Amino acid sequence: MTIRNLDKKLLRELGSMKMQVLAIAMVMAAGVATFVMSFGVINSLEETRRVYYDEYRFADIFVGVKRAPETLARQFEAIPGVDRVMTRVIVGATLDVPGLAEPATAMLVSIPEGQQPDLNALHLRSGRLVEPYRENEVIIADSFADANNLREGDTLSAIISGHQRTLEVVGVALSPEFVYMIPPGALMPDNARFGVMWMGRDALEAAHDMDGAFNDAVIKIARGAQEDEIIRIIDTLTKPYGGLGAYGREHHVSDMFVRNELDQLRAMTYVVPVIFLAIAGLLLHMVLSRLVNLERGQIGVLKALGFTGFEIGLYYAKLALIIAAIGLVIGVAMGLWFGSWMAALYIEFFRFPSLQFVMSTEVFALATLISLGGALVGAIKTVRAVMKLPPAEAMRSEPPPKFKPVLIERLGLTRLLSPAGRMIFRQLERRAKRSIATSVGIAASLGVLIGAAFTIDSLDYILDVQFNQAEREDIGLTLVEAGDRQAFLDLANMPGVMQAEPYRSVPVKLKFGHRTERIAILGMQANGDMHRTLDTELTPVPLPKDGIVISENLARNLQVTVGDLLTFEALEGRRPIRNVYVSAVVQQYLGTGAYMDLSALNALMQEGPSVSGAWLKVDEAALPEFYRAVRKTPSIAGLSIRKAAMDSFKNLLAENIVQMTIANVGFAALIAFGVVYNSARISLSERARELASMRVLGFSRREISAILLGELSILIFAAIPIGYLMGYGLAAAIVVSLDTELFRIPLIIDPETYGMGGLVILVAGAISALAVRRRLDRLDLIGVLKSRE
Amino acid sequence: MSAPQEHSGASLAFHIEGLTKVYEMGDVLVHALRGVTLDLYEGEFVVLLGPSGSGKSTLVNILGGLDNATAGSVNFRGEDLTDEDESALTKFRRNHVGFVFQFYNLIPSLTALENVALVTEIAIDPMTAEEALDIVNLTDRSGHFPAQMSGGEQQRVAIARAVAKRPDVLLCDEPTGALDIKTGIVVLEALKRVNETLGTLTVVITHNAAIAAMADRVIYFADGNIDRIEANDHRVDPSEISW
Repeated sequence: MTIRNLDKKLLRELGSMKMQVLAIAMVMAAGVATFVMSFGVINSLEETRRVYYDEYRFADIFVGVKRAPETLARQFEAIPGVDRVMTRVIVGATLDVPGLAEPATAMLVSIPEGQQPDLNALHLRSGRLVEPYRENEVIIADSFADANNLREGDTLSAIISGHQRTLEVVGVALSPEFVYMIPPGALMPDNARFGVMWMGRDALEAAHDMDGAFNDAVIKIARGAQEDEIIRIIDTLTKPYGGLGAYGREHHVSDMFVRNELDQLRAMTYVVPVIFLAIAGLLLHMVLSRLVNLERGQIGVLKALGFTGFEIGLYYAKLALIIAAIGLVIGVAMGLWFGSWMAALYIEFFRFPSLQFVMSTEVFALATLISLGGALVGAIKTVRAVMKLPPAEAMRSEPPPKFKPVLIERLGLTRLLSPAGRMIFRQLERRAKRSIATSVGIAASLGVLIGAAFTIDSLDYILDVQFNQAEREDIGLTLVEAGDRQAFLDLANMPGVMQAEPYRSVPVKLKFGHRTERIAILGMQANGDMHRTLDTELTPVPLPKDGIVISENLARNLQVTVGDLLTFEALEGRRPIRNVYVSAVVQQYLGTGAYMDLSALNALMQEGPSVSGAWLKVDEAALPEFYRAVRKTPSIAGLSIRKAAMDSFKNLLAENIVQMTIANVGFAALIAFGVVYNSARISLSERARELASMRVLGFSRREISAILLGELSILIFAAIPIGYLMGYGLAAAIVVSLDTELFRIPLIIDPETYGMGGLVILVAGAISALAVRRRLDRLDLIGVLKSRE
Repeated sequence: MSAPQEHSGASLAFHIEGLTKVYEMGDVLVHALRGVTLDLYEGEFVVLLGPSGSGKSTLVNILGGLDNATAGSVNFRGEDLTDEDESALTKFRRNHVGFVFQFYNLIPSLTALENVALVTEIAIDPMTAEEALDIVNLTDRSGHFPAQMSGGEQQRVAIARAVAKRPDVLLCDEPTGALDIKTGIVVLEALKRVNETLGTLTVVITHNAAIAAMADRVIYFADGNIDRIEANDHRVDPSEISW
């Protein structure tokens, strides 16, 4: 049956309360938008990754060896389940990039001349593949090209295996192997100072003395093949050739970061939208119950006219659904917009050929379901009350509200309150449920705000811990081959070096029970000042003479505690296998780590005082000279610059997390406004009569405003501490859900964040107060008094 | 008390027997009706007179299916309404009853025509909304919202809305209570016209004894029961009424 005129009424009433409708719809939109955005980004990332990996034949198993004959590849191919094997030569190089003060480092990866590699094919963004017999041609990674403004035809001066070479850029490309491109051992991209380059196999073999040999292999396995078993066989086969341990995609750095990001996104997909939608439902409930109170007479008339309870209930349900639908439309539009923007952000540090934000029908259906469903849940109680309301009852005006002295008065403190104060407190107490709901709604928006903003505090803290407390060297230098005492002294004596500490880095497998972790153990001076291990209070933990110190996340991955005996299997040198006990577990937020006393590690490795590199403090004034010397030293494989790493971390924060946080803060402010404004409007409509009566009696606008706005202020101020608690709780929950293999975020909330959150709520409150104040000023005194409530 | 059977020619519409209504107001029991027995006939114009709280509105609410009685029975055209559930009462109201209230109770967000059309859309055999407005002489105001009309005009829209479904019974609770004499008379004329042209049993509650002169019968209420019933030999035209 059509109820055309009832629908007209519906639309006109919606129009007359459009600010309220919009405020609720915006809260709902915020929930839908965050949902559509995160779900859509997850879907887009997953789909893009799947297609990219498939089309460009991303390998399943990765094998590193010191040097193995090409015949070993045939043995790999013979392993049951192995589909395709591609051997490669991978060499580190230092580069002289025009316009870059510091030397850059590159990872040169071989590809067959004149054709795409069988596995890990390149997506050429521009230029061409390398051609046979042109041994200086390279294809460079697009991130490195972008960061340094390099293109085809440019040349770079490089030191490869101790030899000076001039490389010519012939192409710019992306690879599924380096979606997330970070320097070895680092956690953040440094696109200007580190890049991957692809060079012809013959050229690289010649440059690195690898004729007929390889030091890296990638393997594609058949569907359903036993990856663990294949890896075990490969490890046995590669042992004589300095095998570094084969691993699957699970431990592949780039894929691990992409997966990590997806995990974090997934963890956040439901929390925030659900909070937003719950608040929107609460608001709908508040507004609808007030509307029904206002329209009791009309409901009675409609029932008297013969409309059924169901028809009238449906009317209010429709009202809720229309508001939700407005929220849904705005939310989906905002979600699409934010999603595209997020995808654009992601493409900055996840290098996919393209990342189109696509919203699947599934996401749309889910968003529709949860927003309309949430609205119905919010409306159901009211709708049922409307259906049950006996018509004669509805025709009578609501009985005058019962008031009683409030708690403060019952305690005998009446004198403390002015009559206006009593009005405020009595109203709050009589409408206790709604007062609490309003405060909780405001508090929840503050909670969301703090839950979103705290990540900046935590990451700032991580930055401080990592780069000011734990890793304090200006520059770290890595040697091509582990060297002796003299090699270290050569590094320490470079121009501008004020202080130097040696370190040894050994790739190992740490085993405990059936668990294995591949990691590089760092051997450091026991009394060292540059690299320090810290406990949870950030007090340096001295390295013991024996035993191994491991980071908390590594301890968790291996499920070990202090005193447990680990099996240590070195993957270089004489490859000793030893037992070593865990002497301490230390705090580390970025990545995993294992540390030993340098001489203890040397002893364990059955080697002399061997070093892998040095950490240096360098006089800033002498840096140009220092860099010149680095470029001329063939034994140096790479360098890490603390300041550059910090900057890249900060940029990452600024580009992503800060922008995301601003968006979330905006959403939270929107909710706060929605809650406060609706609550104020409801109070106003309930009390218009008495406030108008007071005006007639001679009270000023300011005085009656004080009553209504005083009530609001109390609700807001009560909400702030609750909001702080909710924010802390939400932050704690986020910390737990973001705790992945790669990152651990500490729960740090700066006082400034609390202050900022409180301020946003107060401003949102003030704006809604102003909007209501304008209505108070225009209160129609005669009209209000004449009409029947 | 038995009612005089003045309208021997007309058939019985309502048969009301021993009707009692008790409200609980907090801890107090209020006896709104104390065993009312009454017959109402098709087509007659009845005025209920009596002071506030004498039970007139309660009776009309129960007759219109807006409320249930505590005890006693109401029979409409041979059908017992007493223990009907809400959906049956809704159906009864929808098909048989028109209401006019003291405060008009128009839907403020709908125009005069739309307020009437609201009912014509759900009724079984309605007249058009325009026809209904014509009966109350308000065709020219059909596009106006309630806020743009005078009280008398609003009440006439309410009457149009009530009669548009061609109800069998028109129940009016203080229809002129909020109006001055001049507009009150226009409203009463509208009621009279409906009663005469459509033959609708019309029950009018009023405080105003002067209105009683236009009724077929006047039923006096006091303290929840019928005090007495008077029949008018000569119905006075509303235009001759003054108060």
